[in-house]
Amino acid sequence: MTRRFVTGDENFSPGHRACIGCGEALAMRQVVKALGDNIILVNATGCSEIIASALPTTSWKIPWIHTLFENTASIASGIESALKVVERKGKRKKAKVIAFAGDGGTSDIGLQALSGALERGHDLLYVCFDNEAYMNTGIQRSSSTPYGAWTTTAPSGKMSIGQKTWKKNMPAIAIAHDIPYMATACPSYPFDLMDKVKKAVSVDGPSYLHIYVVCPTGWRCKTNLTIRLGKLAVETGIFPLYEVEEGKYKMSVDPPELTPIKDYFKIQGRFKHLSDEVIEEIQKKVTGDYQRLKEKMEGL
Amino acid sequence: MTKRVGLEGSFAVSEAVRMADVDVLSAYPITPQTHIVERLSEMVADGDLDAEFICVESEHSAMSACVGASAAGARVFTCTAGQGLELMHEVLYIPSSMRLPVVAVVANRALSSPLSVWGDHSDAMAVRDIGWVQIFAENVQQAYDLTLCAYRIAEDKDVLFPAMVHLDGFHLSHVIEPVILPDQRQVDDFIPEFEYPFALNPDKPVSMGCYGPPYIYTEAKKSQNVAFESSRKIVSKAWGEFEGIFERSYLPVESYRTEDADVILLVMGSFAETAMLAIDRMRKEGKKVGLARLRLWRPFPFDEIRKAVKGAKLLVVLDRCISFGYGGPVCSELRSAFYREKNRPDIVSFIGGLGGRDITIDQYEYMIKRGKEISENGSEEEFEMIGVRQ
Ligand SMILES: Cc1ncc(C[n+]2csc(CCOP(=O)(O)OP(=O)(O)O)c2C)c(N)n1
Repeated sequence: MTRRFVTGDENFSPGHRACIGCGEALAMRQVVKALGDNIILVNATGCSEIIASALPTTSWKIPWIHTLFENTASIASGIESALKVVERKGKRKKAKVIAFAGDGGTSDIGLQALSGALERGHDLLYVCFDNEAYMNTGIQRSSSTPYGAWTTTAPSGKMSIGQKTWKKNMPAIAIAHDIPYMATACPSYPFDLMDKVKKAVSVDGPSYLHIYVVCPTGWRCKTNLTIRLGKLAVETGIFPLYEVEEGKYKMSVDPPELTPIKDYFKIQGRFKHLSDEVIEEIQKKVTGDYQRLKEKMEGL
Repeated sequence: MTKRVGLEGSFAVSEAVRMADVDVLSAYPITPQTHIVERLSEMVADGDLDAEFICVESEHSAMSACVGASAAGARVFTCTAGQGLELMHEVLYIPSSMRLPVVAVVANRALSSPLSVWGDHSDAMAVRDIGWVQIFAENVQQAYDLTLCAYRIAEDKDVLFPAMVHLDGFHLSHVIEPVILPDQRQVDDFIPEFEYPFALNPDKPVSMGCYGPPYIYTEAKKSQNVAFESSRKIVSKAWGEFEGIFERSYLPVESYRTEDADVILLVMGSFAETAMLAIDRMRKEGKKVGLARLRLWRPFPFDEIRKAVKGAKLLVVLDRCISFGYGGPVCSELRSAFYREKNRPDIVSFIGGLGGRDITIDQYEYMIKRGKEISENGSEEEFEMIGVRQ
């Protein structure tokens, strides 16, 4: 007898146009599987939107809306408020409102709208798919691009190491809004990811998921490395998996020893120009940040 | 029961929104719109209006929240002015192409810089090509009436376009005038409970806002325009119904003493009332002059304006906006609307009333006289700006 842990239903149906090895499409599929049918999905402009909605086709079997790049959290706020009123007036029952956006749509152009929605306390789940650049428009840098990475607008060159700034800590910004639930996840850990989705939608109020999604096209890596790179990001401490529930921090995966970041860097073209000294500098930052995060964990 | 009360323009709008039983309000404060958002907040706080008020962090989000709420099937309202409407600009295209009946009131304000909180029509003109029904009010009663009408029009199954009511900042938003408020039952008859046919609903999933590659975008825009054009007749129908219930009438173009007029002055918004005084004065002197007001700005009332000025030799147009390097936007549209007419009037362009500057009765009289001179002798300039201190 086989036991299914995950539904076979695909509300995000196959046949969309994501690149081979797309971590974002994989993550979306996992998130949607964990969400069930009683949802309304709001999508920002970006890869997640463009791969699955060319008129007159759609991959979405649940109600779905896309309008612009930076207003996803505001559209979601409007829907959530509308559902509240129509339920109160006895017209229709509520559904859970979910927002999808990339790291650019979240940590750059959509940050104000997201902050507003989190601060106002709407009952919605906002999911950021972080592929560490504006991939839809051709691998331009975002504030979520890691230090040293090559992108088309922060190219490496004689005078440049590529991205000159450290990755913006978007999960910390979300937590700073005192929301009931925040978690990081990665589709290389599907059960952890889906558990977190379920937890996130079960809270009353805003929740935020920051999902690390490998982009072979933009990261200049082999398309069969998506799962491996996701694991390495976690095992190196570059992208720690943790959750914050009502202010309490909990590590989801805590490797006894961190893998050197070199193992993660060397299989990606976007880091290939980096010298050993720069990698060492980044290693120090990663180790330090990881330690500081662990200090926040309960019971440690 | 109908009652007559003294109300500020902003409060009259708020009263219309309350009586329309709006579900979701979302707005961001900006002078001279603030009294509307404040009054509505009070109504919600006091339980006089059962709505969700989303106190957003920007106008971009105010319009976005309205779009989301409307897509989910709620009746929505927002209000703004000047810079706020500019910040909404990107979002304004969404309800008109997704066919969402969002209603907005704009307390018209000049645009920076220099910063000006005072009224003109620059903000309204900057959004004329988007596919919103745009209606201009002239006094406080109209601000109330036309806000109600905006719901009746926008939510009509043969329209389903967003609608914007313009009231001049300060000149209307902050002016107290007597207003006749109807009975709630009359309002309910006029704008019955609304059910959006394609609302976001898990029981009947739809995808909204898919992207349009070149093989389909043109068709999408063509069908949008066909639908928008055909909503013109519904506007008139709605105003007819309004008259039947409330006994006040509105027309896409409203005329004042134009019967045998040789010269017709054309203005929009609150300045029409002063312009009427100028017409009265000149009529008393035996001059054959009249006034036309564009009540409906979009969809543009081609037939009505052609009829309204039939027989006149000259149309003098006042714009409260300047299109830099061109002239007055209303005038340029009128010139093109008359271009193919056989017996068209000459059209002369004036620009004034920018950033809250008043226009006096004398200045309207001047425009009519100077317009005749320009018509007879020509002018070096495409338009004349009035009231400029040299
Ligand atoms: C106002 C506005 N500015 C710029 C764009 C162009 N644009 C579309 S998607 C995108 C990048 C999306 O990046 P991200 O949010 O990281 O998502 P990804 O495509 O990487 O999943 C940009 C810059 C736009 N659509 N709208």
